Amino acid sequence: MATTTTRKPDIVIRGRKVVGGVVEGEALATKQTISGWGGVNPMKGEVIESRHELRGVSFAGKILVFPGAKGSSGWSAVFHTSKLAGASPIGMLFTITTTKAALGAVVLRIPSMTDFDIDPVEHIETGDWLRIDADAGEVQVWKGGKP
Amino acid sequence: MVSLTDTEKAMRDGAEGAAVAKAMDLLIRYAEALDAPDFVYCNNIAGVPGSSPQWVKDYYKEDGGDYRAVFSRFDLDSDEVVDVPRMNGFSCHLQGGMDPELWREQGMTEEAFANFRSDEAEVAAHGIQVMKTCTPYLAGNVPVMGEHCAWMESSAVVFCNSVIGGRTNCEGRESTSAAMLAKRIPNWGFHTDAFRKGQHAIKVEVPVDSIFEWGMLGYYTGAAVEDAIPVLSGDISDAALIKHKHFGAAAASSGGVEMYHMVGITPEAPTREVAFGGSDKGETLTYGAKERAEVYERLNAIGSSRDVDYIMLGCPHYSIDQIADAARMLEGRKVHANTELWIFTSRAVKATAMASGYDRILAAAGAKLMTDTCSAISQAVPPGTKVAAFDSAKQTHYLPAIMGIEGWFGTTQDCIDAACTGRWNGGLN
Repeated sequence: MATTTTRKPDIVIRGRKVVGGVVEGEALATKQTISGWGGVNPMKGEVIESRHELRGVSFAGKILVFPGAKGSSGWSAVFHTSKLAGASPIGMLFTITTTKAALGAVVLRIPSMTDFDIDPVEHIETGDWLRIDADAGEVQVWKGGKP
Repeated sequence: MVSLTDTEKAMRDGAEGAAVAKAMDLLIRYAEALDAPDFVYCNNIAGVPGSSPQWVKDYYKEDGGDYRAVFSRFDLDSDEVVDVPRMNGFSCHLQGGMDPELWREQGMTEEAFANFRSDEAEVAAHGIQVMKTCTPYLAGNVPVMGEHCAWMESSAVVFCNSVIGGRTNCEGRESTSAAMLAKRIPNWGFHTDAFRKGQHAIKVEVPVDSIFEWGMLGYYTGAAVEDAIPVLSGDISDAALIKHKHFGAAAASSGGVEMYHMVGITPEAPTREVAFGGSDKGETLTYGAKERAEVYERLNAIGSSRDVDYIMLGCPHYSIDQIADAARMLEGRKVHANTELWIFTSRAVKATAMASGYDRILAAAGAKLMTDTCSAISQAVPPGTKVAAFDSAKQTHYLPAIMGIEGWFGTTQDCIDAACTGRWNGGLN
């Protein structure tokens, strides 16, 4: 995908490819780990976990920035189902590698990264514009939205 | 890049057929996502292979819309549909979507039941054991110490690693289905010695002896350490299978605990030093009276009305001794007219319960003994349920959020009393 941006990114984060590819889009960021099964309604791509800061918010079409996956082993299957429902994220950045998040990213087939030089959860906020080049191991961040 | 043996390369390239090749392709992508160096041989796999609701089959209607299509496209994440042979590894089907007999009571339609029967026939025809439980270790699949497994179901995973000393990551549907064919799983995480060592200490300063107390300690532990490995020590006693089952399920739901050590209790923690692989690491947390009270409050924060419609027991699936206890508490009593009591277990344990006469005691009291599923998995509760009660911290964590109902957490006795009176009178002593 050709970059649609002109201004230089505010932050560049380097990390390891989980699933290759390039994607641009808006960040949906949380400092809380995410449960798949029982924590997400896959038909809407919406977080439903009680007390979660993203409760009621959909990740459909967004780049999900989160510390990691937690909870049921149904994590990958729930995110996989969100893909069937047309409600999956378009990219993922997670700090902690777990089998749940890794397998979820694989079956979603969306550009995904982990093992960063600086923590994206600390530096990316909802609404920031991101460009992930997972093969190059690079995330570009434009604060406050599309430049 | 993941390193492959000659056999694994041949599997990837189709020497053992198209389905095994697709399975290896998915497992290789997964191993690379994890940055795993290679694979371990694995001949103990528990998942939910190929089972799907009708709408998922309809989604793949251009691919045939059948078990084969779903197994190829969803389970193996394959771009093309392949013939799915009998599985190669020892493969078990975990919990499913409904009771095979009481599905009408669970509110399932004829169409959903027909789909369930069809999926189950396919599972059996593919050489997969129809265990239909979240507790395979109570239904005929007990790993041994050090055995490499590929299991789904967070409560079973934490039990396998912590209580048995088997080795499994918290696998997903796609990785387990692929492993059933390829008998391989990425050599990462809990398959390696170093990963299994403790990361934080929890000192228990209040008596944790009953299953209720073990469950609350588990719920505290998950919230405290998230997905790290805790080393618990102190006033923990009366260890038993059902207490580990409840503790682990709770810790896996409030956090992401996939393994824990209890010094002098669990097999990889004969001493503190062995559990940590040296001296203490991480933080040292204390579970005392204050923490215990906070856990109880948190689990009961979603309860408001004390008029209870529904009591659900059997998360994780009840063992035979738990069914015996429930039957003893219910003998000579009746479930209240405004209340339903459903108890969930595996088919294997139900067979023992029937042979032992517990099914008759439960039926006489008006309770229903169900298999295969639970309310959270099947999203099935009695019609009109607004307030439910549980003796499981895990079910309390999930079901109210999924169904939008109120929930109470307490002892099994609290739950049986609520079932017979229609009122919640639980409290922390």
